[in-house]
Amino acid sequence: MITKEVKIINDAGLHTRPAATIVKLASKFKSDFFINRDGMKINGKSIIGVMTLAAEKGATLTLTFDGEDEEEAARTIVDYFNRGFDEL
Amino acid sequence: MSFDERKNIILEGVAAAPGIKIGRAYYFDKKVFRAVKLEIEDAELAVKQFREALDKSKRELQKILDLAVDKLGKDRVLIFEAQIMILDDPVLIETIETRIREEKMAPAYIVEDEISKYQQLMMKSDDAYMRERANDVEDIKNRIIRNLRREKWKSKVPEKRIIVAESLTPSDTVLFAKRHAEAFVTDFGGLTSHTAILARSLNIPAVVGLHDATIEIVDNDLLIVDGFYGRVYVNPDETIIAKYQRKIEKLHEVEEDLKRITKEKITTTDGVAVNVLGNLDVEDELKFMISNNAEGIGLVRTEQLFSEHEFLPSEEVQFEYYLKIAEKMYPKNVVIRVFDVGGDKVLPIDVKESNPFLGWRGIRFLLDNKLQFEDQLKAILRASSKGNLKIMLPMVTAMDEVLDTISLLEKCKKDLRAASIPFDENIELGIMVEVPAAAVLIPKLAKHIKFISLGTNDLIQYLLAVDRTNEIVAELYQEFHPSVVQTINHIVENAEKSGLDVTICGELAADTLATPLLVGLGLKALSVSAISIPYIKRIVKNLSYADAKALAEKALLADTHDEVAALLKEFEKEHGLDFESIIFEED
Repeated sequence: MITKEVKIINDAGLHTRPAATIVKLASKFKSDFFINRDGMKINGKSIIGVMTLAAEKGATLTLTFDGEDEEEAARTIVDYFNRGFDEL
Repeated sequence: MSFDERKNIILEGVAAAPGIKIGRAYYFDKKVFRAVKLEIEDAELAVKQFREALDKSKRELQKILDLAVDKLGKDRVLIFEAQIMILDDPVLIETIETRIREEKMAPAYIVEDEISKYQQLMMKSDDAYMRERANDVEDIKNRIIRNLRREKWKSKVPEKRIIVAESLTPSDTVLFAKRHAEAFVTDFGGLTSHTAILARSLNIPAVVGLHDATIEIVDNDLLIVDGFYGRVYVNPDETIIAKYQRKIEKLHEVEEDLKRITKEKITTTDGVAVNVLGNLDVEDELKFMISNNAEGIGLVRTEQLFSEHEFLPSEEVQFEYYLKIAEKMYPKNVVIRVFDVGGDKVLPIDVKESNPFLGWRGIRFLLDNKLQFEDQLKAILRASSKGNLKIMLPMVTAMDEVLDTISLLEKCKKDLRAASIPFDENIELGIMVEVPAAAVLIPKLAKHIKFISLGTNDLIQYLLAVDRTNEIVAELYQEFHPSVVQTINHIVENAEKSGLDVTICGELAADTLATPLLVGLGLKALSVSAISIPYIKRIVKNLSYADAKALAEKALLADTHDEVAALLKEFEKEHGLDFESIIFEED
């Protein structure tokens, strides 16, 4: 299992568009993917779950990846967070 | 409350659709239908229903997405996309299916409960954006539940009952009609609400605007619904029942009489021919068109025809429908109005407009959604090969809208020619005149169209700036306002000068009190709901055109609505045209 910390760096935060993109990216991989914040554990392949994460700019999230393609999954998704959801 | 205390209650409301019915109440409680905590027996069947509701919701949303993406704006498109993803959300679906199987509860209840959990999380947020997201999730939840409900309905609603509800949507009304509802009784609504119009079309008596019918009436109460006087009797005693049974007998006699009239070709007593045509809202009305000998269909409201199907049906589905109507009415003419969505009509899209009546509706919507518009035009053209179809555009306010439609129509014709599909090369195009701008523009528009039809409901609403569905100002919606009379006169005069055929197809055309005035103003074609045809024919048959013309001239000089209304009532009485009042006078 891989655990990564990411920070929200775009102004609008984790709103609907990035939430949808994250779920789309995660669904391509076989690995389980969870997003943890303030004791909440959200399945990253569930759009309605990710939409409940009110993650504003500056918030820190912990991502976990577990499965045969966890490394590639982690690389792809962490990269998307680090690009500020392509909104910088 | 005991039964005795609830004997002989009389409720007064708006007489929305004529007729008298005695029967048992069925209380249609929307909240119950929403998400009742019902136990179910067959969990696998429930899971199957849930999956079907998901699929149907997905197809609906996909259609919305296909529409004018640029018009909706990027944010709304994203929300629709996210909503579609929710319908595919593996975690959510698995949880709901597991719960249906384990708890053995109705899927609507589980969907409500499960999705609400997420909404509560979103509502907790301080961020306004997040709270708005909870509303979007509400939309998707309601859509699934609505689609679940559809299926459940067919088995749950008993037949031949008097439906009592707070309010009814047009599609509720149609569904109940299919269950042979005897009458409709509602707390809300007015004379021109779409439910009232539909009830009249379907020949089902209705009393609306009763305010507390759903409080006073309990399931299975014995009711008398008097759709002539807008009265509902709850658990009446024997004398009242006997009185109403006599009224029902008299009514049958009148109906027999009307049946004879309807077979005749009608002129005024001084020989002026007046055509009485029908308006078609739902397929079930075709049989009344035939039995009441409509001299054509002056208005097919296509958005209504298809509201039972999914939104914006395919060209093929439409083609079959139009062909059926064209064939059944042949050789009489049928005017098909292209989709008039928006305003208060149907469910175009979940676009939130602050002023829908001044917004994206009618031809505006269609020209922004050309692919869907083309489907409809092609379907009409393909069904037109016998030469008895015409095309009518709703909500026209400018010449450009007519010209853009003509070029689209030409493109459709070209495509059909290329595919060697037969159609009527000379199919006529006309417009609804329901916005003052169109009324003013008639001489110019006449260069490009062949006919006009007066849509009085909207014309009055736009002329008087009154939202007819807003109860606070509904009283200001005056069909005999002098400016309405003068505008109709202006329209008829200008249309005649410009060589256009004129029909009137709004509610006013079906008001027997207004018939002499309309004939006097020069209207020679009245299009009314199929069941009203004999009533209008009876008036025309007993009317002299010279008298009607004199009446119109007086009405054109009147200063107020009440003055015009008084003139009409006096005329009706003087010429013995108040048939029903003699039969149904209160004793």
